[in-house]
Amino acid sequence: MFKCYEKAALVVALLFAQTAMAASFEGIGRAATPAEVQAWDIDVRPDFVGLPPGKGNAVLGAELWEAKCAMCHGTFGESNEIFTPLVGGTTEEDIRTGRVKALADGSVPQRTTLMKVPTVSTLWDFIHRAMPWTEPKSLTPDQVYSLVAYLLNLAGVVEEEFQLDQDSIRQVQERMPNRNGMTWKHGLWPWGPGVTQGGIGNGGIPDVKNVVCMKDCKKEVQIASRLPEYAWDAHGNLAEQNRSWGPILGKPISAAAQAEASTAAGRQKNMLELAKLKGCTACHGVDHAIVGPAYKDVAAKYKDRPDALAYLMAKIKNGGSGVWGEVPMPPHPALSDDELEGLAQWVISGGKVQ
Amino acid sequence: MTEWNERPGRIRRAPENFLGPAEIEAVKQGRRDFLRKAFLSASAALGAGAGAAALAQTAPAGDPAILNLPEWSKTLGMPVATRGYGMPSQYEAGLIRRQSPGLTQTAASSVAFTPLQGMFGIITPSGLHFERHHQGWHDIDPSKHRLMINGLVRTPMVFTMEDLLRLPPVSRIHFIECGANTGMEWGNVAVPTVQYTHGMLSCSEYTGVRLIDLLEMCGADLKKGRYLLAEGADGSSLTRTIPMELVESGEVLLAYGQNGEMLRPENGYPLRLVVPGVQGVSWVKWLRRVEVGDKPWGTKDEAVHYIDLMPDGIHRQYTSLQEAKSVITSPSGGQILLDKGYYNITGLAWSGRGKIKRVDVSTDGGINWRPARLETPILSKALTRFNIDWVWDGKPAILQSRCVDESGYVQPTYGQLRAVRGTRSIYHNNAIQSWLVNEAGEVSNVQVL
Ligand code: HEC
Ligand code: HEC
Repeated sequence: MFKCYEKAALVVALLFAQTAMAASFEGIGRAATPAEVQAWDIDVRPDFVGLPPGKGNAVLGAELWEAKCAMCHGTFGESNEIFTPLVGGTTEEDIRTGRVKALADGSVPQRTTLMKVPTVSTLWDFIHRAMPWTEPKSLTPDQVYSLVAYLLNLAGVVEEEFQLDQDSIRQVQERMPNRNGMTWKHGLWPWGPGVTQGGIGNGGIPDVKNVVCMKDCKKEVQIASRLPEYAWDAHGNLAEQNRSWGPILGKPISAAAQAEASTAAGRQKNMLELAKLKGCTACHGVDHAIVGPAYKDVAAKYKDRPDALAYLMAKIKNGGSGVWGEVPMPPHPALSDDELEGLAQWVISGGKVQ
Repeated sequence: MTEWNERPGRIRRAPENFLGPAEIEAVKQGRRDFLRKAFLSASAALGAGAGAAALAQTAPAGDPAILNLPEWSKTLGMPVATRGYGMPSQYEAGLIRRQSPGLTQTAASSVAFTPLQGMFGIITPSGLHFERHHQGWHDIDPSKHRLMINGLVRTPMVFTMEDLLRLPPVSRIHFIECGANTGMEWGNVAVPTVQYTHGMLSCSEYTGVRLIDLLEMCGADLKKGRYLLAEGADGSSLTRTIPMELVESGEVLLAYGQNGEMLRPENGYPLRLVVPGVQGVSWVKWLRRVEVGDKPWGTKDEAVHYIDLMPDGIHRQYTSLQEAKSVITSPSGGQILLDKGYYNITGLAWSGRGKIKRVDVSTDGGINWRPARLETPILSKALTRFNIDWVWDGKPAILQSRCVDESGYVQPTYGQLRAVRGTRSIYHNNAIQSWLVNEAGEVSNVQVL
């Protein structure tokens, strides 16, 4: 029991209590068993620490992909329905340089996973821990090797027959299209020694500077961008998203305005935006072909065809290839009939904005 | 003497449902004279009897809301515990988390935004905390939840929730902001209201244990182990690399409490990491494992996402800190000022580098600025509420706020930010936000360079 201490002894005791705090948490927590650590320690680092043994190739991967992944990501990892496309936008030259050129010149508007990912370990680790989305952690290491090989094969990084395993994955790393596309030199990791000494960051030095000016800070006010009209309506009735009483209310987006967005005229106006939202503009320009044909060329092709509307609605919905080339257009099963009709009409009109 | 309903500058208006389509049109056209009419008919409708209606239309003796005692003054109210868990008033039903249509393809990997436009102070009610999940959310049984610490440690250890609740807790108020907050606006204006421009932002009081205490229990090698991996227990098992320096500072918490109760399932129940000043994705929810290591991990959410694309096509990787940022939450986009006269401009400021030192507000698009009042408490890496008086003269105005944090960093303009980072970064957009007020009192989202 606590009795009577000398002052000095008490100070020493308190000091001790502070430094030895951690050791005093008696009876809390326990050692993990090796089996427990093995069960949960699944991460794979860029230096391949943590990568389990196994092997696979793109041929096996294609089968697995069709069975477990294609319904969400598309047969070629190109689908934009559930998530942004995984594959596309990388070239032979990128594989040589390790820098995806399209990221610099912006020629491919939608950035795919393979355009961005610098480290092959990332793909392995993520597919292993989280995919298939609705059944995460169900894949064996061999299956993951094959699926990674399949994705890499689609991007031209490995041959179909290439065996991906713990050793060969190191060669693959040397062919990742964006392996040199990252920098750690920036101010948003202010901790540790910084890039110059083998860490991350520049020590936290900001890259953008403003100053506190209070009077006559500039001559004129330049409004660079305003809210597009479609975006008012697209977010519902703003009056209902604010407090319904008080000095400041929400703007009523009248039922009429919301409805207008779905009338033929209103739709036409908003179709370019819808096409952007649905990812169509990733593959089609109005005036220029990207992966798919330019909309003005599609319009010209079908201007005399009487059932053009129904045909294009079906084509947009079901996808397909062979009309403009070998590359398939992905299906868009989630588009409503209204959206399909609007988009098809809009394409027929040559992709006009008004 | 002016009548009760004719004071100049009166900002009292009929509830929304008294506005017919024609009157809504009138608001849009900028005609305010209809307001009086609308108000009068609203008063009539509010009046309990025909007598009151007549009163309001002829010679008003006073406000029917005063003259005719309301039901709640004349009847018995509800008993206690009618609602075991209290709910906001039915009149507040509009202020809820919402998704931005078209932002993502599926709702289980998506975002719901906090309704900043109607909130006060700095604490986000837990039910309005923004949501961002990558693979849906679960309501995890806490008796089956475990935390493992492994890697560069003397003894890998396992902790139950009971273990964690026995340890000495700390409680701290911090903001959490998604790195992609305001990300839709990098290139141009895209969304109408502050809920969608800035609503991936919340602030709570978190209670939990300091991670460093647990690392010490495990005998972590803090010399070699300069990085930490945090991993969730959900399907995505989301992983992020955390700097050990922040852990050593004692700031990083293993939190189970949020605003006085347990975390909400959407926010990581029963355990989440709290990494003050760092973007939300690092605050791993449903936290199951922490690993000490000597190199960063390059996980999916730091090698494919949460990387900032620069104009030269290079991505900045491991960008984590949230730099100083502020926004006026009211008046803000999608709102309408009901009349000329006095308004309180209110907003929020925050910085991942520490405390907010000052906030200035401009009503002329950034030509002239006035210092705003900072409300207390002003805490490190927490939201700070600011207020400032404004008398609206009915002319177009552009409202902006600009904050400075204790490191001296000044929130940049769109022009300054884009000059360095271009327009395609997605992440870490902390530019000064502008709200244009037109003659009709309509507030809309604009960008000023
Ligand atoms: C039910 C739909 C679904 C299925 C099936 C599915 N995925 Fe996914 N996948 C998603 C979603 C949604 C995401 C985004 C998850 C997130 O936000 O973290 C994703 C993300 C990915 C990513 C990361 C992409 C990126 O840029 O972040 C890869 C790689 C991937 N999936 C591969 C696979 C593989 C391999 C399979 C088959 C074994 C598969 N997926 C099956 C829906 C699915
Ligand atoms: C992944 C790339 C991709 C996406 C995304 C895409 N398309 Fe296509 N689209 C193509 C390709 C490739 C073709 C050519 C197909 C062919 O040759 O039969 C095509 C063809 C078309 C055609 C002409 C069809 C024909 O038979 O002549 C239309 C119309 C069209 N797309 C509309 C759309 C719309 C609308 C969307 C968005 C909902 C969309 N596309 C999204 C790649 C894409």
